[in-house]
Amino acid sequence: MTDLVIKSADIVGKGRQDVLVRDGRVAEVGSVSAKDAEVVDADGLVLLPGLVDLHTHLREPGREDAETVLTGTRAAAKGGYTAVCAMANSYPVADTAGVVEQVAALGRAAGYADVQPIGAVSVGLEGKRLAEIGAMAQSAAQVRMFSDDGHCVHDPVLMRRALEYVKTFGGLVAQHAEEPRLTEGAQMNEGAVSSELGLPGWPSVAEEAIIARDVLLAEYTGARVHFCHVSTARSVAIIREAKARGAKVTAEVCPHHLLLTDEAARSYDPVYKVNPPLRREADVEVLRAALAEGVIDAVATDHAPHAPQDKECEWAAARPGMLGLETALSISVLALGGPSGVDWDVLAERTSRTPARIAGLEAHGRDPQPGVEANFTLVDPSATWTVVPEGLASLSRNTPYAGMELPVTVQATFLRGRATVLNGKIEEETTE
Amino acid sequence: MKHLLTTKELTREEAELILDVTEQMAEAVTGREVPKLPALRGRTVVNLFYEDSTRTRTSFETAAKRLSADVVNFAAKTSSVNKGESLRDTALTLQAMGADAVVIRHPAAGAPQRLTEWLDGAVLNAGDGTHAHPTQALLDAYTMKKRLGDIEGRTVAIVGDILHSRVARSNIWLLTKLGATVRLVGPPTLLPKDIDDWPVEIGYDLDASLKGVDAVMMLRVQHERQNAAFFPTANEYSRLYGLDERRLALMPDHAIVMHPGPMNRGMEIAAAVADSPRATITEQVTNGVWVRMAVLYLLLTNGESK
Repeated sequence: MTDLVIKSADIVGKGRQDVLVRDGRVAEVGSVSAKDAEVVDADGLVLLPGLVDLHTHLREPGREDAETVLTGTRAAAKGGYTAVCAMANSYPVADTAGVVEQVAALGRAAGYADVQPIGAVSVGLEGKRLAEIGAMAQSAAQVRMFSDDGHCVHDPVLMRRALEYVKTFGGLVAQHAEEPRLTEGAQMNEGAVSSELGLPGWPSVAEEAIIARDVLLAEYTGARVHFCHVSTARSVAIIREAKARGAKVTAEVCPHHLLLTDEAARSYDPVYKVNPPLRREADVEVLRAALAEGVIDAVATDHAPHAPQDKECEWAAARPGMLGLETALSISVLALGGPSGVDWDVLAERTSRTPARIAGLEAHGRDPQPGVEANFTLVDPSATWTVVPEGLASLSRNTPYAGMELPVTVQATFLRGRATVLNGKIEEETTE
Repeated sequence: MKHLLTTKELTREEAELILDVTEQMAEAVTGREVPKLPALRGRTVVNLFYEDSTRTRTSFETAAKRLSADVVNFAAKTSSVNKGESLRDTALTLQAMGADAVVIRHPAAGAPQRLTEWLDGAVLNAGDGTHAHPTQALLDAYTMKKRLGDIEGRTVAIVGDILHSRVARSNIWLLTKLGATVRLVGPPTLLPKDIDDWPVEIGYDLDASLKGVDAVMMLRVQHERQNAAFFPTANEYSRLYGLDERRLALMPDHAIVMHPGPMNRGMEIAAAVADSPRATITEQVTNGVWVRMAVLYLLLTNGESK
């Protein structure tokens, strides 16, 4: 592999440097002059550690009509990601060593981003019996994070056991916090808008009650819990208090919860249907502030591709979820102060370093320094782009941002020194 | 007006126009040997009903036929909610058949609005989930206007399961737009969340809420609500929120009793009250035909060629 020089990139907003990459790792940072090296001119671009997504639905195996590991990781690379954590709600469910190894292998074969499978907490996501968590942890996929995402681990006994069990290998449970009895038939955030639209409400307390309970369980068991897609102001308050007490609690927020509100449901267009639902403006403001402050640890996309027929229908018949991988960076920048106001170090912390640390992905979320794997993305802070669903790399089209102009473009993404995206375009050759 | 999806989107002028045309329809047809007008001859109106509602479907069918439209009843037993043909495919089929207007009744809120994206004809909402039922509200308003003389300045109590009622929602927007005061009365379990901004008074005590009303609108209580802990028993509901003769006596003498039907006699309304001369229930049914004629006429002709 030829040496690579990334020339005069603004390293995480701290100043211009050259980065020399040799054999997939950083060899030198500073003023580099290397002969016979491939040079990527990064003048005017910001270099970030490659983004890490804690929450991606790649849909393979089972719903390859909506997304595959290949198309999903291409979308990830396009969005600046070098690693994604694949949620367990595939068909079959990722509740055995076999399925998680298959997903990891598909990721390696695709070559666009590292795919770290998340294992199911319970068999078939049914919330009844623990899945073979130990087998998945010891498999080649080395699963550390477990989640029934899409479903809440609502049985307090099962949640307690799962939290205790993952301590054996330093794992964690990522909870989809939703008290199911409070959300039966729920279609959108419960509040003024749902009352007017006549759509059954998803009360914020259904999320907050589970988060409060699981904070207590985490403290009681001494285990690690991570909260998926935190969406309400009160949830933030509970997490803040838990952290202040020293509970081993982390939390993520989704880009759409940082930008959109339940007002979008007035169109009855299910592209805005998502679980947990879009909340109120007041929640958006609190989530943004909590992300900037670090009470919310990470941005996670909850990238949820859906086939057209699952969205081109009545709201109640539609599946919940929206695309996120290719728009998350732009929206994170918006939420953290916009392209001129954003602190790139904070952005890197929330979209790369911290999620990598939570997921246990040691080769990711690293700023360039000699020896680290060259997993980086180069972004143009002054560029803007307009979201065109047909232009996305994902196999699906269910983006809620169609037609919106967003700040910041991804110019290049490097996975172990090899470009997966260059000049804003996906590289077709990915073999290492 | 291209479609009629909700009463919220109607202007006061549009609502008053519909009520005026309703009056004209009633006058034009009543007492005629052949109660038919030629206004919509050659136009096709499709009744697309995803819920069993013989009453509403028959009312729309009668209205369309009295305007000489061709009526097609598309009884959709299943929807994509329960894995039948998708609403979009059905819409494309109706579009291909050249439907001038589609009257849709659907269990999913917002289905009529979705339909407008997939076909060119007028869409008339005949009830979508717990969202809206605009022609019911219009016929209620027309009934009040006929019985009370006017709507402006009147006070209307809507009683019962507001949470699950599209009739209540549509009446709230329409009646307040027309200058009435609306009181919502029911147990807190059956009132929607965060409705402080709605232009209504809210009460939990029916006796108190009946003082000074000009009309009371009793809502049907679905039997399945009893099993979902919205209230303890049918008896208790009836005691607290049923309209019986004692409560009827609390209302001013001129006040009328309305019900969108079908009624649960003995539950939300006592039989003697339902059959009293102050009840407008059968008039509401008659007026429903006139209102639906008016709406079909206005949507399909833009009020021209009269």
